[in-house]
Amino acid sequence: MAEFTLPKNSKVKAGKTVLAAAGAKRARRVVIYRWDPDSGENPRLDTFEIDLDKCGPMVLDAIIHIKNDLDPTLSFRRSCREGICGSCAMNIDGTNTLACTVATASIKGDVKIYPLPHMPVQKDLVPDLTHFFAQYASIKPWLQTDTAPPDRERLQTKEDRAKIDGLYECILCACCSTSCPSYWWNSERYLGPAVLLQAYRWLVDSRDEATGERLDNLEDPFRLYRCHTIMNCAKTCPKGLNPAKAIAEIKKMMVSRTL
Amino acid sequence: MTTRPLSPHLQIYRPQLTSVLSITHRATGVALSLGTVVLLYWLQAAARGEAAYAAAHGVLSLGAVKVLLVAWSWAFFYHLCNGIRHLFWDAGMGFELGRAYASGYAVLASASALTALVWVYVLTQAGGVA
Repeated sequence: MAEFTLPKNSKVKAGKTVLAAAGAKRARRVVIYRWDPDSGENPRLDTFEIDLDKCGPMVLDAIIHIKNDLDPTLSFRRSCREGICGSCAMNIDGTNTLACTVATASIKGDVKIYPLPHMPVQKDLVPDLTHFFAQYASIKPWLQTDTAPPDRERLQTKEDRAKIDGLYECILCACCSTSCPSYWWNSERYLGPAVLLQAYRWLVDSRDEATGERLDNLEDPFRLYRCHTIMNCAKTCPKGLNPAKAIAEIKKMMVSRTL
Repeated sequence: MTTRPLSPHLQIYRPQLTSVLSITHRATGVALSLGTVVLLYWLQAAARGEAAYAAAHGVLSLGAVKVLLVAWSWAFFYHLCNGIRHLFWDAGMGFELGRAYASGYAVLASASALTALVWVYVLTQAGGVA
């Protein structure tokens, strides 16, 4: 159900401010959502004034700088630092994206950083993605076949292979799903843009033979049809993919199989 | 362990054209449902005879009500134009971000233009409720 305000234990309070060392030529304020599971207190917003000359160009570099030099208790996920692992997905300047692919200089004003929206928080910028990945598992994201395996790989024409372009690139960072108001209000039952884009990736794969069962599994007022084409997903995707279009293609498949 | 907080969502997510138009579609739908009551009020007044119609005409000619009528006509045209946009989406067309934004601006422009046309007609030609 749509709940427009945060629960009592989730209201964000003011936090501390850490100022940059004197003499910083390029000082920049970074405002970060903090929540410490051991404190028993509500989440808070900490402000760190950093010296851009002391860290790399990306927002992830700024966060690592803060953890290394200003506050070692800051928690966040990161791994590849080049936009392919999806670990550092977070809400930066009001939009979900990967901290490693956004230049700090591209943001106007204070750099505001929150965890991915409408998710249970484990600590600071680390959301609990258990449910998200359980939904991913529910669409059986692997090749399913009935026919006997051939002696070699299952071949595809170039045209059929091209059909999964714009889909296979998804890194499951959850930026799109957690940008979607429909997913915010109905994530228990709505699969969300990321998982539906992945579902379409297997539906449209010429080698997959479970198209009928896959569509049966999605034929549900909530799992698929809570998409109202709000398009936050396509705008926010750090890989430039278009989950809204993939969802529309699934809806078309639903209609065309009954004709 | 304490209960995990829910991360901020609506409070912090930056609005964008497509999301604003989407919630506007829903809001205009609700507004139009409420407007149906006013339409029925006008129709039953017309059916009841001259005196009742004149009374209803007086109510509908109030300045504040006229503002509402303009708002309702815009809501009607917006819902209509955006509904057509949704039909194209249902056919799988116009999902590229640039196109979705262009069609969004087109819907805003056409809804406003149609509303203006109707009211120019009402105020200059028909001489009706105005």
